[in-house]
Amino acid sequence: MAFKSSTIAALESASLRKEVPGFRVGDTLAVHYKIVEGDKERIQVFKGTLIKRHRAGARSTVTLRKVSFNVGVERIFPLHSPRVERIEVVSRGVVRRGRLFYLRGLSGKAARIQDVKDR
Amino acid sequence: MNQFPGVIGRKLGMTQVFLGDGTVVPCTVVESKAMVVGKRTQAKDGYDALILGLGERKEKHTSRPLAGQFAKAGVAPRRVLRELRCSPEWAAGFEVGQAITLDRLFDVGQLVDVRGVSRGRGFSGVMTRHHFKGGRMTHGNHEYRRHGGSIGTRMTPGRVKLGMKMPGQHGNATVSVLSQEVVRVLPEEGLLLIRGGVPGPASGLVEVRGAVKRRGGKRA
Repeated sequence: MAFKSSTIAALESASLRKEVPGFRVGDTLAVHYKIVEGDKERIQVFKGTLIKRHRAGARSTVTLRKVSFNVGVERIFPLHSPRVERIEVVSRGVVRRGRLFYLRGLSGKAARIQDVKDR
Repeated sequence: MNQFPGVIGRKLGMTQVFLGDGTVVPCTVVESKAMVVGKRTQAKDGYDALILGLGERKEKHTSRPLAGQFAKAGVAPRRVLRELRCSPEWAAGFEVGQAITLDRLFDVGQLVDVRGVSRGRGFSGVMTRHHFKGGRMTHGNHEYRRHGGSIGTRMTPGRVKLGMKMPGQHGNATVSVLSQEVVRVLPEEGLLLIRGGVPGPASGLVEVRGAVKRRGGKRA
């Protein structure tokens, strides 16, 4: 990780999200994201598996993957963006890797992640 | 010459800032706690400028002549000294020994030029220095992978054209980035957030002043 000055860290701390729920790679999250539709603003929920967590202060992001109508969809959300209304942990998964990019090559039953409860 | 009021500071590094609507703005953070150490005047020196000092310099590292200058100005020795040309009216607004607060110079949304010394890359080949494509890596290429190729023709003109791009010193040059937007001004902390990158490494010295090409001055 690149060196970051303490001044910048202090500067960034102001824009950090107060309550980030505890989650880790492999969990299924639902991100409530504000989108502008025409001239109205509404909240859209994107639910998917967390396949990557980028930890970098105010620049932190989460990458979610879901399969929608047989098409794999991945979305990267800036964790501390004011557009992210809320992050909800739907279920917790058991994985042995920090980055789940191998899911991209798998489909159907093979692409499942074991739930904590079923362990 | 850029006569807009300016300041010297140190680049701290980069970060990003969220605007109210969620737009992400990449920013460079510049720390500036400069003070006026002296003045140049038209009458005495033939031009108007403010001499700015930055950082602390230990007594034992200050040469006698320099220490004399600081003593005359009545300020503690500074590590870095830079002269910034400015209008006499602007210079009149400051006194020797006075700290420069950023909110007097810059507004959010204002455009500034930032000057610094770029990272030195030493003697570099044409691929690094000028983004040449180089040669083929395969197909029997023999010792011609990172070369630039031909540098000219034959008898006519019988010389290499001036300004031909060739290997040489890359970086460690004074570079200005022009018309960067000021994203945030934090006068208490002495911090300035400028959209985009500025030349040089973190902790490098930079000079920030109003943009010469577009609405540079602080708007009233």
